[in-house]
Amino acid sequence: MFYREVGQFKTSYDADEAIFPIAQDRWSVIVLIAFASLGVPLFAGQYLYTEVLIPVLILSIAAIGLNILTGYCGQLSLGSGGFMAVGAYAAYNLALRLPETNIILVFLFAGVMAMLVGLLFGLPSLRIKGFYLAVATLASQFFLEWAFARVKWFTNYAPSGSVAVGRIELFGIPIDTPGKTYIFVLAITVVLTLAAKNLVRGRIGRMWMAIRDMDIAAEIIGIRPLHAKLSAFAVSSFYIGVAGALWAFLRLGSWEPLAFDVNRSFQVLFMIIIGGLGTLLGSFLGAAFIVLVPIFLNQLPSWLGIAMSTAMISHIEFMLFGAMIVLFLIAEPHGLARLWAIGKEKLRLWPFPY
Amino acid sequence: MLGPVLETLIGGLMTGVLYSLVALGFVLIFKASGVFNFAQGAMVLFAALSLARLSEFMPLVLAFAFSVLIMIALAYAIEFLVLRHLVNQEGIILFMATLGIAYFLEGFGQTLWGSDIYKIGLGLPTNPIFILESVFPGGLLIDPVELIAAIICAVMVLVLAVFFQVTRVGRALRAVADDHQAAQSVGIPLNQIWLMVWAVSGLVALVAGMMWGAKLGVQFSLSLIALKALPVLILGGLTSIPGAIVGGLIIGAGEKLAEVLLAPVLIRTFDLAGGGIENWFAYVLALAFLLVRPQGLFGERIIERV
Repeated sequence: MFYREVGQFKTSYDADEAIFPIAQDRWSVIVLIAFASLGVPLFAGQYLYTEVLIPVLILSIAAIGLNILTGYCGQLSLGSGGFMAVGAYAAYNLALRLPETNIILVFLFAGVMAMLVGLLFGLPSLRIKGFYLAVATLASQFFLEWAFARVKWFTNYAPSGSVAVGRIELFGIPIDTPGKTYIFVLAITVVLTLAAKNLVRGRIGRMWMAIRDMDIAAEIIGIRPLHAKLSAFAVSSFYIGVAGALWAFLRLGSWEPLAFDVNRSFQVLFMIIIGGLGTLLGSFLGAAFIVLVPIFLNQLPSWLGIAMSTAMISHIEFMLFGAMIVLFLIAEPHGLARLWAIGKEKLRLWPFPY
Repeated sequence: MLGPVLETLIGGLMTGVLYSLVALGFVLIFKASGVFNFAQGAMVLFAALSLARLSEFMPLVLAFAFSVLIMIALAYAIEFLVLRHLVNQEGIILFMATLGIAYFLEGFGQTLWGSDIYKIGLGLPTNPIFILESVFPGGLLIDPVELIAAIICAVMVLVLAVFFQVTRVGRALRAVADDHQAAQSVGIPLNQIWLMVWAVSGLVALVAGMMWGAKLGVQFSLSLIALKALPVLILGGLTSIPGAIVGGLIIGAGEKLAEVLLAPVLIRTFDLAGGGIENWFAYVLALAFLLVRPQGLFGERIIERV
């Protein structure tokens, strides 16, 4: 029923090294991107944009970042919230102090600053491993959170500690409606995903995976751990920093350090675990899952017609969310991406499995 | 100058003991099952909530006994519903599962017991005690709750040490901690051992919840104490019970001293809006220790082979 790759022969090295060697895969991705950029704006309303599509896309970028570090390079990190904050405040300060800067440059600057901070906090990973490293990365989370709350310069001496961004425009076109924001975020997501895909399937990605699978063995066959781990930290923090800046500028508009607290770190970690460690597809699926589930849980009581106090709803939401994560891990510990792969494999043979 | 510093130091050490109480639960589970149990903080909250609400309509001793039963039932439920299905999964998957359990327990505890601030009356003297009045003017101030917590903690560590060294179950626990497969092959029932460990760390959580609850009142923020116990844990070493105690003392004393001595300097130099360096100082301290000893102070040396 589903497509097969029968009859598609690779006759050149280019064809062999293509991202999607199978024509149907290639076309479905192209169709998907075309649909997302041309089809969605035809019917999407403001709610769909601001509550679903934009958060999913931005958090996907953060999830890709963490996935590079944790899924591909095997370094468990709980500091993503902190790095998102670095991106957000770096972008804020650049936009504030040099208002003429192109918005693309602002986001790049956010990524680069997060990258530098990530390199700094990545240094201990050369010595510390596993859960020790995971807890050590919490040091960056709490330190950065504290720094943005306390150092007045970062927030431009705002008395409340909360900052807001002004008008955002790209080459003279203001990005003010949810539709425009969506297209902008979508473009950035596509570019960054393409870059990540090429990184992880190339030399650097193989280096990361070798370190993940067994760092000592990787070192023996000539991979420099310093190089591999720090490059993973740098690339990962860059992505997370860009995501943080996008989140702050295009999703929140005004924010305080609490928007990037430790729960944000856990949220991003949930995404990659539920989506699937070490897959880019998983980052998207995980982000969609984590954004959609609370929306769904929030709506559930009103659909069922049960009246509940808001405190009760939030407690039940906690419970259901926790239970769902546990259930999910039991059902498929390798995440949604693995489910998708299994489903595809089954559909290849369906309905004649023999 | 020495007097106030010493007072801060003692206060810090006492708080450190309370941190160790929480860290102890982590260590027990990590040692026996290799699970990095993030739900320990939620268990502390849950235990404290049960105790506080039950003690509202029964004597404290009876409430304590019921809470013990509840924590054992909880351990059974976690083992039966979650861990059993995740045997042989990677550490990170189990860690995520405990995060899920933590969310669930936080929601469940507050749905079941309510989400206000509750009090646990231990009938302890609340007036601060002054010691060494002859040495320092005004003496040194000590909170009796913290003093009692320290004593309870010491007793608990002793009991646990004896339990691990002497009893049959303790020996089985140590065997499981050493090597799951080998332990199973000599006939140690893994599931029962895990149940036992979760129950024991549930009890540790109950005691920790009781002491913290008596100090701060029982409320949601109690589950955040887990985040304070984490640096204690990695500083002392994930697998060491003495490490949890020593780590707690170092972190407790370190962060209080830092708040008094370091924070004013930082505020002056960097023009900060207030101190509050307690939030990250423990982590940075632990990180600095780890750079010298990557397995913590007393953790087992990690031997890696290709």
